[in-house]
Amino acid sequence: MATEIHRGIHHGLHRPTVIIGLGLIALAAVTWNDARGMTIRANYGVGADAASYFVALFLAVLGLGHLIAAFRPGIEADEADWGAVAWIGLALAGLIGAIWAGFGFILGSTLLFAFTARAFGRRALIVDLLFGAVLSTAIFLLFNKLLQLALPLGPLERLI
Amino acid sequence: MDALFQLLNGFGDALAPMNLVFAAIGVLLGTAVGVLPGIGPALTVALLLPVTFKMDPGGSLIMFAGIYYGGMYGGSTTAILLNTPGEAASVVTAIEGNQMARKGRGGPALATAAIGSFVAALIATIGLAFLAPILVKIAVRFGPWDYFGLMLIAFVTVSATFGSSPLRGLTSLGIGLWLGLIGIDQLTGQTRLAFGIPNLFDGIEVTTLAVGLFAIGEALHVASRHLFAPEKPIPIKGSIWMTASDWRRSWKPWLRGAGIGFPIGALPAGGAEIPTFLSYTTERKLSRHPEEFGQGAIEGVAGPEAANNASAAGSLVPLLTLGLPTSATAAVMLAGFQQYNIQPGPLLFVQHASLVWALIASLFIANIMLLVLNLPLVGLWVQLLKIPLPWLYAGILLFATMGTIAANPSVVELLLLSGFGVLGFVMRRYDYPVAPAIVGLILGPMADSQLRRALQMSQGDPMILLQHPGSATMIGIALVALVAPFVFKGLSRFRQDED
Repeated sequence: MATEIHRGIHHGLHRPTVIIGLGLIALAAVTWNDARGMTIRANYGVGADAASYFVALFLAVLGLGHLIAAFRPGIEADEADWGAVAWIGLALAGLIGAIWAGFGFILGSTLLFAFTARAFGRRALIVDLLFGAVLSTAIFLLFNKLLQLALPLGPLERLI
Repeated sequence: MDALFQLLNGFGDALAPMNLVFAAIGVLLGTAVGVLPGIGPALTVALLLPVTFKMDPGGSLIMFAGIYYGGMYGGSTTAILLNTPGEAASVVTAIEGNQMARKGRGGPALATAAIGSFVAALIATIGLAFLAPILVKIAVRFGPWDYFGLMLIAFVTVSATFGSSPLRGLTSLGIGLWLGLIGIDQLTGQTRLAFGIPNLFDGIEVTTLAVGLFAIGEALHVASRHLFAPEKPIPIKGSIWMTASDWRRSWKPWLRGAGIGFPIGALPAGGAEIPTFLSYTTERKLSRHPEEFGQGAIEGVAGPEAANNASAAGSLVPLLTLGLPTSATAAVMLAGFQQYNIQPGPLLFVQHASLVWALIASLFIANIMLLVLNLPLVGLWVQLLKIPLPWLYAGILLFATMGTIAANPSVVELLLLSGFGVLGFVMRRYDYPVAPAIVGLILGPMADSQLRRALQMSQGDPMILLQHPGSATMIGIALVALVAPFVFKGLSRFRQDED
């Protein structure tokens, strides 16, 4: 939903817009550089590099557009609860870490579930860990045994 | 006549017991998801794509269509009883519908929404069945240059014309186009922007981008702004049936809503938001009770709900006949077709005629199922609104990542998913639309190869794009649509949200 009403108007150089603009220009430079390194040429017409050059130019124009727009009053984003964002980051890190270390799907998803619930204001980590474990095990059994998907196995999954 | 015959054949296929089960699962899942805040039909289809990978294509496409229609219905329940629209297309329904519910007329509001959706979707699906073969006859004569022109129109209208600002919409499109470059080019074998990472050689998966932007981005956004204060649904008092006067005041808005929704949904600029707003303003102007608007006028629920469902059917016209997605849900459904190596477009009606007509027939069946299921089950749907939001979002993230892991169990894919989540968060925070990025990722590589095919045929002469009247006209329309919003600032009144 983009129809927020309670957003203030910011005056002066709008910093987020400047940062996004510079990011777009940097992306354009990377793309241009990548296109220059391409070795395979097409026989007729244009090669694979043409689209890269076009997108690089497009991004550069958008970046400049952002730098110009930054001088006009922009949207002031709402206060953010960075603690909650960090909990979701931890939740995703827990899942990725568990998969990376080979601890399996159930442990990773349990951590993901419990930490995400914490990000949304729950204060019962033990209960959520248990509930997440039950849910992940049920999903693992349903999808791996019934639908024959290949969710990653850890020591726990091999036992089931 | 030929179309009618094929449609009857389609009914034969769609009425097979397994396909009826898929349609029923689709509409139930779609309604449930439409009711829940935070997940729209686009995300549901994206989540289910990896899960259905090994299933029969016909059955799962029928299920996706059921989800699309069901999601449109479910959104109205949330809008009327909670005043928090489940998806962007029911924002307008919330205006009058919630007022009606507050006055104890929640039942008739739900009923006019459900019956209006049924009537409109019925008309629009008939429209789809008859318009699609005509469009296919035109589209089979399209050359690569025409497709290129058509894609340009889609790029511009999806991003520039109706976004909160053209710069933001085009930036979102640019990011999608950039992501579309990544991987090995199909025509020459040249690797683009893969930086030597093997997981990137096959390109970015549309589902990974869609799930990252919608599910994880939305979760980060909602958590960061503490938008999770519990809201209590308004209990339905009194009869859920409409009175004679309700019927009298509803039937014209239903028909008008269908008339507004279907053509706009079928246009490349599509989406369900513009027709719902147009229908609302039309009903307010035509109503004999204009003083009731804002206080719970039934016309203000009947019209927009009809428009919203008709536009869902309308957006299937360009998707099926041209392979052109005009909404986020249509974009994800296109990825669903591609997962089975089926390419929507004019050839779909030749190569997979039985599948596409079974799909259209199942839309009629899904529509009837929704009417039969929705009103009696409304109590059940309200129960869904009582799931605590921390668990709801934790569950959404669990399913979102599970889909990605099931499709491709690699740490790189999960890191990409998380990265897209952060991207979606930043885009939401600074009011960038998300849908153009997904459309850009899907259509970018297609536009690239159509253009190069056209240039191969003309031996590198770019004038070929302007020598064919079709492509010249379409490129002209795209240019006008690109420049117009910068010239007429008034157009920015039509703000489009994605679900």
